[in-house]
Amino acid sequence: MHFAFDEHQLEFRAQLRAFAEKECTPATVREAWASPLGWSRTRWAALAEIGVVGITVPEEHGGMGLGLVDLVLLLEEAGRAGMPEPLVETAALGVPVLLDAPGVQGDALRGRWLAPVADGGAAVAVGMSSMPAVPGAIGADLLLLERDGDLHAVPAAGVALTPRPALDGSRRLAQVEWEPSPGTLVVSGFEAEGVLAGIEDRAAMGVGAVLVGVADRLVTMAARYAQERVQFGKPIGSFQAVKHHLADALVRVEFARPVVYRAAWSLSEGEPDARLHASMAKAMASEAATVAARTALQVHGAIGYTWEHDLHLWMKRAWALAAAWGDAAAHRARVLEILLARS
Amino acid sequence: MDLRFTPEQERFRAEVRAWLEANVPSPDRGTGPLPSLDTAAGFEAHRAWERTMFDARWSVVSWPEEYGGRGAGLFEWLIFEEEYYRAGAPTRVGQNGIFLLAPTLFEFGTPEQKARYLPAMASGEEIWCQGWSEPDAGSDLAAIRSRAEPGPGTGAGAGAGAGAGADAGAGNGAGNGAGSWVLNGQKTWCSRGAFADWIFGLFRSDPEAERHRGLTYFLVKMDSPGVTVRPIAQLDGETGFAEVFFEDVEVPDAQVLGAVGEGWKVAMATAGSERGLSLRSPARYTEAAARLVELYRRQAGAGPAGAARATRLADDVARAVIDAEAYRLHTYWTATRVVGGGGVGPEASMNKLFWSETDLAIHTTALDLLGDEAEMVGDDARPPQWLDGFLFALAGPIYAGTNEIQRNVVAERVLGLPRA
Repeated sequence: MHFAFDEHQLEFRAQLRAFAEKECTPATVREAWASPLGWSRTRWAALAEIGVVGITVPEEHGGMGLGLVDLVLLLEEAGRAGMPEPLVETAALGVPVLLDAPGVQGDALRGRWLAPVADGGAAVAVGMSSMPAVPGAIGADLLLLERDGDLHAVPAAGVALTPRPALDGSRRLAQVEWEPSPGTLVVSGFEAEGVLAGIEDRAAMGVGAVLVGVADRLVTMAARYAQERVQFGKPIGSFQAVKHHLADALVRVEFARPVVYRAAWSLSEGEPDARLHASMAKAMASEAATVAARTALQVHGAIGYTWEHDLHLWMKRAWALAAAWGDAAAHRARVLEILLARS
Repeated sequence: MDLRFTPEQERFRAEVRAWLEANVPSPDRGTGPLPSLDTAAGFEAHRAWERTMFDARWSVVSWPEEYGGRGAGLFEWLIFEEEYYRAGAPTRVGQNGIFLLAPTLFEFGTPEQKARYLPAMASGEEIWCQGWSEPDAGSDLAAIRSRAEPGPGTGAGAGAGAGAGADAGAGNGAGNGAGSWVLNGQKTWCSRGAFADWIFGLFRSDPEAERHRGLTYFLVKMDSPGVTVRPIAQLDGETGFAEVFFEDVEVPDAQVLGAVGEGWKVAMATAGSERGLSLRSPARYTEAAARLVELYRRQAGAGPAGAARATRLADDVARAVIDAEAYRLHTYWTATRVVGGGGVGPEASMNKLFWSETDLAIHTTALDLLGDEAEMVGDDARPPQWLDGFLFALAGPIYAGTNEIQRNVVAERVLGLPRA
């Protein structure tokens, strides 16, 4: 039993944190939200340059050839930075699907897409037919789309998008019209079930990791504000009502974190309980983020309720991602279902 | 990162499991369940169980062999705990000594004190209770007023300030037996106090010093002349704790733990243990959570009323299970850091908040699932596991520093918020 990251993993996180402090400031996140794309292709290329985008792409395709345990810390960091780029969709969902895609079609997809992903020239969006709109569809170069239980890979040129503006300015939802064809089919039938379940589980873990980073940032921002804001002649952080709100939020974040890390390890190792662990991760992370958002707003008071203050960038990310790929209650229901299915 | 236990750890687990299966008091063998440990007979039955474990060297696996342990690592201890709860083994009557005092003895005790107290603690021969709170010092522990004065025929400790006191303490610690102290005052909410053999606690040794200064950590035999015990019935009607009165109780220097006047520092090391890793292993919660799922399954299939309750409570059941699992994982995470040489600081307060709230949530949900069956206190043949557990869990947010105090600690020492 060794539940810790190695020095390379921690160093990679430190590298991304240093990158984000310069290249992904709240001001640049705002710019991205106001842009047509919702995120920055320049930053995407820079992230690819330091190996982040292609972290799960094998080395022979120009990537880092690393796994989900290496990725999970970076996703948390991306959440902390409010990074608007589609890292979960591309590195945690898209690349593993491409790696597992069977047959000649799989070879063709890998040949076509892995290198562009690794060098920052392509981004992936993933859409299930149950979703009202596909996040990140606007700006995606490759869309992995499920219909009738089959999974298809459709290049951007093959889809028609109807934008559905959303609360979080980086989400860029769109309804996607497209025609399935033998040329788009990646995997079908029984085989597709496993692939789609894998997408759901990695999404639960990956979005969970981002949410932990978002929640951590929200608590940190609120704690800093509570140290500075003076009322009744004292910093408001000296009042127990404020302290206790923040302590409770921090506890939710602190205990969500190892659950998310464990899910990354289980998925990476193909553990039989990986799906259970992924759902536990998303349930904990969604709740931590919504509690942190609620607490951070209350601690900030009216200033936190403004567009001008940066707080809303993270609050909206928290709300959007808490509901994405199953909210906390949905994942709790799945956890209970899995446990009851055991004899 | 590797979340599998090693083959050696799995062998250790198998050995623990086999021994517990053969030895845990059970109705099948006519040896259990033991009567409540908060009764005189139950206390002695639990003491005998401690002895049985000690004889097989299972009572204190993480201690060095010379004191009756196995020198086992932190993860082996966690494995032992998982198996212990899985086996439904008796509550540890010696836990106040083993989990709260012993870590302090290991850190601050002299070789003579360790040799004197640890083996008898491990075997259950001497059961300890704690003497922290006083009638006017609960959450505000530094307000304690029970006092220690230099005894007849001693020069040590007289008017002990921090500096001089530390020297005197070091001298005392060597067990020269030359001097003594006289204790007066009152301790309360002393868990296991009604039947314990010894008590550990803080006394004010410097009457001029205030708050955290001038306190000294004493070890006192409960049958010392001048000690009076008044058992207090707890919420469940049994005498789980007691008030302890000290009237001119003379104790030798050798029963001072750590330096004179440094009692707060010594005691806080113990409080860290209580809130942190050592007292509340995750096994209690994961095991209760597993039983909660079984209760849910049973209620869901037990007619329309039970099924309706189960449907209403499904989300709470899942939440409790996930929180228990989160506590287990967080403990492994912390344990890995500790094994690697790291420490447990103010984050111990986050643990205490989380396990106490989780424990209460598990048991509240269980009682909700039981509906109008929940209030029945049962009989000897069918002990009310969930009701007892609920009453016990209710104490969690109060003892070892109330959760409000813990939230202050987290906010001030982890988040850096200013003190009031």
